[in-house]
Amino acid sequence: MTLDARVDRRQFLRVSALAGGGLLLGTFLDGSGAGELLAAGAPRLPAADFTPNAFIRLSPDGSVTIIAKNPEVGQGIKTMLPMLIAEELDVDWASVKIEQAGLDTTKFTDQFAGGSTATPNHWLPLRRVGAAARAMLVGAAAQTWGVPAAECETASGTVTHRASGRTLKYADLLDRAATIPAPQLDSVALKDPKSFRIIGTRVRGVDNHAIITGKPLYGIDITMPGMLHAVYEKSPVFGGAVKSANLDEIRREPGVRHAFVVERVGTAPDGLLGGVAIVADSWWLARSARRKLKVEWDEGPMASLSSADIASTAAELAKKAPQRTLRKDGDVDAALANGKVVRAAYFYPFLAHAPLEPQNCTAHFKDGKLELWAPTQTPDAARRLCVTALGLKQEDVTLHLVRGGGGFGRRLMNDYVVEAARIAKEIPGTPVKLLWTREDDTRHDFYRAAGFHNFTGGVDAAGKLVAWRNHFVSFGDPERFATAEQSGPVPFGAGAGIGGGEFPARFVPNFVLEASVMKQHVPTGYLRAPGSNGIAFATQSFIDELAHAAGKDPLQFRLDLLAEEPAGQQPQGALVASRVRGVLELVREKSGWGSRTLPRGTGMGVAFHYSHRGYFAEVVQATVSRTGTLKVDKVWVAGDVGSQIINPSGADNQVEGSVLDGISEALAQEITIANGRAVQGNFTDFPLIRLAQSPPVEVHWKITEYPPTGIGEPALPPVVPALCNAIFAATGKRVRSLPLSKQNLAWV
Amino acid sequence: MKVSLKVNGKSTTVDAPSDMPLLWVLRDVLELKGTKYGCGVGQCGACTVHLKGAPVRSCQLPVSAAQGAEITTIEGLSTDGSHPVQRAWDEVDVAQCGYCQAGQIMSAAALLAKTPSPTDAQITAAMNGNLCRCATYQRIREAIHKAAATSAVTPAAPSATPARPRQAGTPRN
Repeated sequence: MTLDARVDRRQFLRVSALAGGGLLLGTFLDGSGAGELLAAGAPRLPAADFTPNAFIRLSPDGSVTIIAKNPEVGQGIKTMLPMLIAEELDVDWASVKIEQAGLDTTKFTDQFAGGSTATPNHWLPLRRVGAAARAMLVGAAAQTWGVPAAECETASGTVTHRASGRTLKYADLLDRAATIPAPQLDSVALKDPKSFRIIGTRVRGVDNHAIITGKPLYGIDITMPGMLHAVYEKSPVFGGAVKSANLDEIRREPGVRHAFVVERVGTAPDGLLGGVAIVADSWWLARSARRKLKVEWDEGPMASLSSADIASTAAELAKKAPQRTLRKDGDVDAALANGKVVRAAYFYPFLAHAPLEPQNCTAHFKDGKLELWAPTQTPDAARRLCVTALGLKQEDVTLHLVRGGGGFGRRLMNDYVVEAARIAKEIPGTPVKLLWTREDDTRHDFYRAAGFHNFTGGVDAAGKLVAWRNHFVSFGDPERFATAEQSGPVPFGAGAGIGGGEFPARFVPNFVLEASVMKQHVPTGYLRAPGSNGIAFATQSFIDELAHAAGKDPLQFRLDLLAEEPAGQQPQGALVASRVRGVLELVREKSGWGSRTLPRGTGMGVAFHYSHRGYFAEVVQATVSRTGTLKVDKVWVAGDVGSQIINPSGADNQVEGSVLDGISEALAQEITIANGRAVQGNFTDFPLIRLAQSPPVEVHWKITEYPPTGIGEPALPPVVPALCNAIFAATGKRVRSLPLSKQNLAWV
Repeated sequence: MKVSLKVNGKSTTVDAPSDMPLLWVLRDVLELKGTKYGCGVGQCGACTVHLKGAPVRSCQLPVSAAQGAEITTIEGLSTDGSHPVQRAWDEVDVAQCGYCQAGQIMSAAALLAKTPSPTDAQITAAMNGNLCRCATYQRIREAIHKAAATSAVTPAAPSATPARPRQAGTPRN
């Protein structure tokens, strides 16, 4: 997909509406954001007050085009969302063409990729868009034949009158359909799921062909006539600023057109970090010139920060009274006095996102207007950042969505977009592509926050969990944390928080969750299943410790803990115990839990986690050699994301990937801090899991009556504790600190 | 310096610094965007192309070292996605973000050219240098087995000689 092709397609959209005979369908947003469906035949284009939000374009030649509005970063949304429309429109998937929309907040809502929200946000709304279009086509056919619409049915883009057997193709109904009053979206009839023909089938990715043939598709592939290439050097110490740089020397390097210092605007992620930009004829020349760049930095107050400092501050905070109590039920101390007590401290490190496509953005600033091609997960936020940091008007910024080579939450932040925009603004009229190196990407991330959990738990004589205390030490603003209003959002750092309802809250009668924070030096953000990806490791590992202290089977111990829904009203979004039990029982059955005798050094571990509305229980089998070499043998997964797996191929792929991603994090990933900077830079010291380390992953779905929810994230968190619990079962060694590469797993 | 290259069956001369890696010549001079940059240090395999039929990391290969040698990129494997490895990748629906997959496919095609029916261990050995951040490894393995099976029943398929593209790719400009 070249740039020019995109422009051509957009023009075609406009021309097709003007040329007549086509039918453009879409929702029109009113002030409240609620949709009202209108049909626009070419002869009566919408009034100027209405902006069409075209999801569907039916053409007289029989082609069906569905607009994919959300950013695609590998989560499969460009395939899945159009499936919802096509299903209810009742056309054959093979006849559908998909077009990627650009950012347009006047036409679309929820144009972002994050929080596994696309499925719950669109399950009904996009089906209704398709169903309403279908109803209008049926109405047009019924009118043509002079029969009641109720006597007509549809399939494969054709309306059939049952009694007479007459048929009309959608393509032959477009003019009349445009005159049919649009049904109310919230009352339009939807299909019975039993009659789904697309939803629930294994649909391959709509970009597969472009991917396997190497077509330009990603942000990094954008090219434009006259485009220059940029690199951008920032302070290796977080928050540092340029004092001086050998710009004259750099400007004499081959191919270099511009070299300049960019002053900081605000603070990241809501501002622009200062640095030195080098713009050259090719990226390689810009990169080569950068090797000769000498910058004197004002490294600022962080220049001496180290991981050891952070760990010792966390240890001091853990010894003190907590700054806040997030939840308190019953009397933990009294319960501990009568039970068997287990104490343990857990740690997980900072992590980088490391999407394989390094951050990049192409920007063109011309006549006061900015045009961007950005592989971002949050295009609206990207535009707002450019508007505020560069003093532009929103209407002067156009953002094209480009496929991202992985997101994982990194592209929720738009630092690379505003950097590209700032560089382009320096050289008006010339398009420029900023591309980070892998080292830029690893060292200038918004990291998964490290976390410190200090647990005390108690089981009674019957082996029941009766007391739980966690003093969670994290990052934020200590002054605000200790003094701010105790109601409202807790001022943790980005991705560094925990909720008072976090499991096992409500399931243990005596429960305290306390928290303290230290000042945030290292930028943090949201890594796939944020919060949960660390909290699950700590919580589900400690529950395993308590199960062993209680002398119980770890899986049964969890089922017992969840035996009943807690009394009282179910808080909004709180986990439903029966759903957890459902996936635990399914994974017990599928993994053969407890039914095999395993040799010493081999063990099975279990864990579950509820996050992003999804329920996942996972069993890992792992083998550890006497010398401590770990091999993950197999993973069994049971997931409950509601009544329907929309695209089983995509869903299974997400789960398999999430599980291996979690194992990848646990095995050897860690960002450490020395002298105020991230130590790791590339896959040599921040390793991703490889094929040889990847166990088979078996995915099973528990279908329940709940509305369908997303699968980009919730399968990840449980695999980390399940693996660590398997290591304990294999070796008797309890892992309380990650990554595993730093633990001695040797056993005798 | 001027360097003569033979890319996807087409001879071409480029003017580029001698130390410019083949990756950047392919991407930014010849406008063949299928070969990807991931790490720049030969760790991820996203830049894998065939040099005289063997898989190489084009980010580590100065263009001067590729002079005259036959180079095949993802665009040259087939023009229409019909190579058995490409077909298997589509049918198994391997890709998530898809960014690494051109490199994966090139490594897999080179493997099958030498070893038409690889064992799991041979697949692991051949593919372990290609990272997939989405971790689609299970499907990568499945797709290679599938391509091997497909090639086995159609001996005319080019898996025996993938270094020689069936049709030359057309550099885009």
